[in-house]
Amino acid sequence: MDEIIRIENLTHTYSAGTPFEHCAVDGMDLSIYRGEFLGIIGHTGSGKSTLIQHLNGLLKPTKGRVLLGGEDIWADPKKIRSVRFRVGLVFQYPEYQLFEETVYRDIAFGPTNMGLSGEEIDRRVRDAARFAGVSEQMLEKSPFALSGGQKRRVAIAGVIAMEPEVLVLDEPTAGLDPRGREELLSNISAYHKERGNTVVLVSHSMEEIARNVDRIVVLSDSRVLLSGTPHEVFAQGDTLTRAGLDVPEVTRIAMSLRERGLAVDAGVYTVRELSDALLALRKGGGVC
Amino acid sequence: MLKDITLGQFFPGNTLAHRLDPRTKLLVTVLYIVALFSARSLWGYALLALVLAISVRVSRVKLRSLLRGLKPVLFIIAFTAILNLFYTPGRTLVSFWTLRITYEGMRTAVTMMLRIMLLIMGTFLLTYTTSPIRLTDGMESLLSPLKRIKLPVHELAMMMSISLRFIPTLIEETDKIMSAQKARGADFESGNLFHRAKALIPMLVPLFISAFRRADELATAMECRCYHGGEGRTKLNVLRYEARDYLVLAFFLALAVGIVASEKLGVPARLSALLV
Ligand SMILES: Nc1ncnc2c1ncn2[C@@H]1O[C@H](COP(=O)(O)OP(=O)(O)OP(=O)(O)O)[C@@H](O)[C@H]1O
Ligand SMILES: [Mg+2]
Repeated sequence: MDEIIRIENLTHTYSAGTPFEHCAVDGMDLSIYRGEFLGIIGHTGSGKSTLIQHLNGLLKPTKGRVLLGGEDIWADPKKIRSVRFRVGLVFQYPEYQLFEETVYRDIAFGPTNMGLSGEEIDRRVRDAARFAGVSEQMLEKSPFALSGGQKRRVAIAGVIAMEPEVLVLDEPTAGLDPRGREELLSNISAYHKERGNTVVLVSHSMEEIARNVDRIVVLSDSRVLLSGTPHEVFAQGDTLTRAGLDVPEVTRIAMSLRERGLAVDAGVYTVRELSDALLALRKGGGVC
Repeated sequence: MLKDITLGQFFPGNTLAHRLDPRTKLLVTVLYIVALFSARSLWGYALLALVLAISVRVSRVKLRSLLRGLKPVLFIIAFTAILNLFYTPGRTLVSFWTLRITYEGMRTAVTMMLRIMLLIMGTFLLTYTTSPIRLTDGMESLLSPLKRIKLPVHELAMMMSISLRFIPTLIEETDKIMSAQKARGADFESGNLFHRAKALIPMLVPLFISAFRRADELATAMECRCYHGGEGRTKLNVLRYEARDYLVLAFFLALAVGIVASEKLGVPARLSALLV
């Protein structure tokens, strides 16, 4: 597969040389492939947000390199702004970054900074609003008159409107109700399918990650603990539990069935997969 | 980044310097400043520098962090020193072109430099070893006699501790908003003054909104806990002087009185004469 971002031996130390020194990312190696939907998961403080702020050059590595399309993004620090248009980053709780008078103008902030023409900006704003689930009527409202969930969609649209090659979202569903989560995730999935762009989703929730992504990277204590397809990762349930992470409920059922001597694949993570596995077992004449 | 500003930062610890009553430390700092401004002779400065060195040693604050506090005023220090060096009349030491360095000029330059440096390092040591909460507690307690003349001492102290409490939060928030806008291609660094001022709008609007939101939330939270000002309010941590506080206070009082008196009586000059 074609590599779009490659991270080599990345280390980041906050407040180096003071009593508050803290190493948040410690010698990470990671590749992100063109067109994939990658999930990054890890417990609180494992360095997820720190890691992804390196992808668009908001943080500079203390050690190591970040390559975008084969080129070191810090090769010419003057060009770092163009990297930010290619790798769009949506922050944790992005609703606090809204500032314009109307939703439309806020979404247009990124494209305007890119120096695009008025028509192009208009097209991008409307496209992005559609992808992020921002309705037409909302566009003329003040962003401060919206609900928290709506604000978040506007903020996400503001990044999508730059049409970045890689879209990175830091816990986009944090603090939303189940329905809001579901809708937002299906919006993001639809964006990924329709555009075919690379999407990186950071999350706490295994269930959320499991259902949407092609590949998972698990961080623990500033390092990469595991990576692979959801199936491969969940098959290592014990390692995940030790790293303080939950596995999806279905996987947990499969794990305890295995413990009781049933030959169920431990990496299953959807109800469908589990029921298929159990039915297969029954047909095969296993003890059920 | 912005976070690395160490203005008035607190370095937690458990040394004598940390454990002293904040009132003691405030008074001691005042006494030290009085001594600093009365000292004229190099003898006096040497003694005061020694006292500061011992205090720093006791507090285990790294000398490097203390010197970093001097950085913002380096220019002022250099400027005063140079002005004094060249523009003090007196006995000429060296002269070249139109510039003349006098013996008196050199003395004033060195003492002025020492005075500013000791002053800043002394006050930084206070904020490095005292948490903002304890500092304002100490101030409130020291200023409480002014309540008699209807000065709202408690309210002022509360305002001060709230602002001190929120400085790091606001700095962190500014950092975060700036990053978020940079991620959308905002450019805070280039362009002329007008452009730069305009570029601040995407940062200032969210910052103000969040500051107002925080103020609102804090006010509500305080009201929910029945806060109604200083009247009849008791403290969780009551300040009490210990033996060590009296000892340290006595020492610094002696230091200040000693320096003021000996400068008046001309002791340092006699000391110098004795040496020569
Ligand atoms: N600006 C900063 N200055 C100093 N330390 C920081 C800073 N930002 C994060 N850290 C520290 O670095 C570590 C990793 O933080 P990071 O925000 O990357 O974690 P995270 O995995 O995103 O956690 P969460 O799931 O809570 O968002 C934490 O221990 C945190 O305290
Ligand atoms: Mg985070």
